Amino acid sequence: MPPTTTSATAITAGMSSAAKPNLLSIRNVAKTFGRNIVLRNVSLEIAEGEFLTILGESGSGKTTLLRIIAGFESATSGELWMGDERLGSVRLDHQPPYRRRVNTVFQHYALFPHLTVEQNVAYGLRVAKRPEEEIRQRVAEALDKVKMSAHAKSKPSKISGGQQQRVALARALVNRPRLLLLDEPLSALDANLRRQMQVELKSLQREVGIAFVFVTHDQEEAMVMSDRIALLRSGELEQVATPREIYRRPATAYVAQFIGHTNLLKGEVRSGVARAGSLSWSATLPDGPVLFSLRPEHVRPAGTGTTSGAVRVRGKVLQQAFHGATELLRVECADGLVLVMRTASGVGSQNEVELEFSPADAVVVRESPERS
Amino acid sequence: MFSRAYKTVVTVPPLMWVAVFLLVPYLLMFCYSFWSVSPAQTIVHSWNLDNYKELLQKTVYWQTLLRSMWIAARVMLFSLLLGYPLAYFLSFYAGKRKDLFYQMVIIPLWVSYLVRAYAWKTILGSDGVLNTLLQYVHVTSHPLDFLLYSPFAVVLTLTHIYTPFTFLPIYAVLEHIPRNLVEASHDLGATPAQTFWKVIFPLSIPGVLAGATFAFVLSLGDFLAPLLLGGPSGIMISNIVVSLFGAAYNWPLGAAISLGMLVIVVSLLFFSERLEKKWSFS
Repeated sequence: MPPTTTSATAITAGMSSAAKPNLLSIRNVAKTFGRNIVLRNVSLEIAEGEFLTILGESGSGKTTLLRIIAGFESATSGELWMGDERLGSVRLDHQPPYRRRVNTVFQHYALFPHLTVEQNVAYGLRVAKRPEEEIRQRVAEALDKVKMSAHAKSKPSKISGGQQQRVALARALVNRPRLLLLDEPLSALDANLRRQMQVELKSLQREVGIAFVFVTHDQEEAMVMSDRIALLRSGELEQVATPREIYRRPATAYVAQFIGHTNLLKGEVRSGVARAGSLSWSATLPDGPVLFSLRPEHVRPAGTGTTSGAVRVRGKVLQQAFHGATELLRVECADGLVLVMRTASGVGSQNEVELEFSPADAVVVRESPERS
Repeated sequence: MFSRAYKTVVTVPPLMWVAVFLLVPYLLMFCYSFWSVSPAQTIVHSWNLDNYKELLQKTVYWQTLLRSMWIAARVMLFSLLLGYPLAYFLSFYAGKRKDLFYQMVIIPLWVSYLVRAYAWKTILGSDGVLNTLLQYVHVTSHPLDFLLYSPFAVVLTLTHIYTPFTFLPIYAVLEHIPRNLVEASHDLGATPAQTFWKVIFPLSIPGVLAGATFAFVLSLGDFLAPLLLGGPSGIMISNIVVSLFGAAYNWPLGAAISLGMLVIVVSLLFFSERLEKKWSFS
């Protein structure tokens, strides 16, 4: 079941919208460690079968939020509610971790070193006292799903990091949780394996249909895998939206800068005209100071675009960085304004360019307030 | 990396130390155990197996050895029963007071063994603290005499003295168990009790084995506690060795018993090390 846009709009519209019952609802959760505020007033709805990524820099509180959902930490204030088939909705934060139908894939896998791969995967079913025959069957299935059947009898120390990762995944999924939490599970893998696992993880999630909450600091990973991204900054949610939405319509300057490259243009609107430095264009915005985010790919050499009413400016190329298919050019305009533009590579080095962009691509973003 | 001369300078003195103060004495003891004593109380340097024959034939040595092992086994058991929960509590639940509690376990080790053994004498004696208290609150009408000069007193004292030695290796092992394993276990639906038996305890076995070995080996060779608190029924094998080397002036027989003990202890250490290896995963 693909996550619908209704679940995304439910967030922005408020918490009561219920086109589809939400699986988990995080309500005004805050967490402090001593005098250190880690999370402030986080509210988030997670839908059934959704792949939600909590994205943030280190220290943004993303792991703490995950640990609160798992039950390893308790929130200083706020509530967690989980949709329940029988009871409607239950207070998740009143249950100890071992009663929650939530499983976790730990950052360093946390496989039991004294148990074999098979015994690790069987652990959850054994403590739940399932019949031995069922355990055998489900463990075999789970190991097969992550392609680890051949290593069933190995101890975790005898298999590679990527394989341990798969076992950790099988160990969590075999219990058929309602929600799977993944704490930067790919961060310890090398780049190639990581990209491969991103794809596998995403298709596995589609296959099992369990909601995933994935924590990462890697914005590219978040974009590739997620149905929605919840961007956390200094313990507060900056924006929750689909990858496309968050890229195209970043809510704040921080989001625009964190996800991909961007040009932030500080300007002012006066009677229907927006000005940023020497640039100006007509804009239907209320008067006052304004901040625009303009993606480098929307800045192009003059004359290549089809839209009329483009803003044009000449500038000197300060720096040219080759990125394979594209290159990034830092261009300094006459008034000292520096714009980064992305062009198809192969143009060769240039000293001076005339560039243009459509006013429609300059997205208004909120200033991100300083937080400690 | 280091010059040959440097390596020689740093390795030779310790090796010499070991040779002079460990190997030579053991070698001497080994030789003594095959010699004998003349009626005129002089050591006769004629090689024979008489001492070992005597050991095997006289039941008093066997009985004392068995009693010593039984006492050591009980000390081992009780110090595990005390040391393990203590280590577990400290490692998992003491929080900020961890260091304080740890010091409280360690500080008694600074007090002389003799003082602690004597302390039990004043507690357990017929006019001791415990008997006086029991009579004062009318639990008993006359002093309990099994408290002192009995195997009970020896086991109690040795347990008190060696529990920290059992505690320490267990605590060290528990401290090294990654806490995310405990979280993973809870995450997979295991209750705290299930987590203890399925994850924490199996991973702490090397510490338990090390602690148990300490308690057993140290108790087995003890002679002060039985001397001070054991009475005739609490005599242990080391007391026999002491008297053979002292009053009886039968060094050869004493050496033979000592070597026998050495063989027992070394095989125990070997065995427990093998088991510890089998149970360590890192």
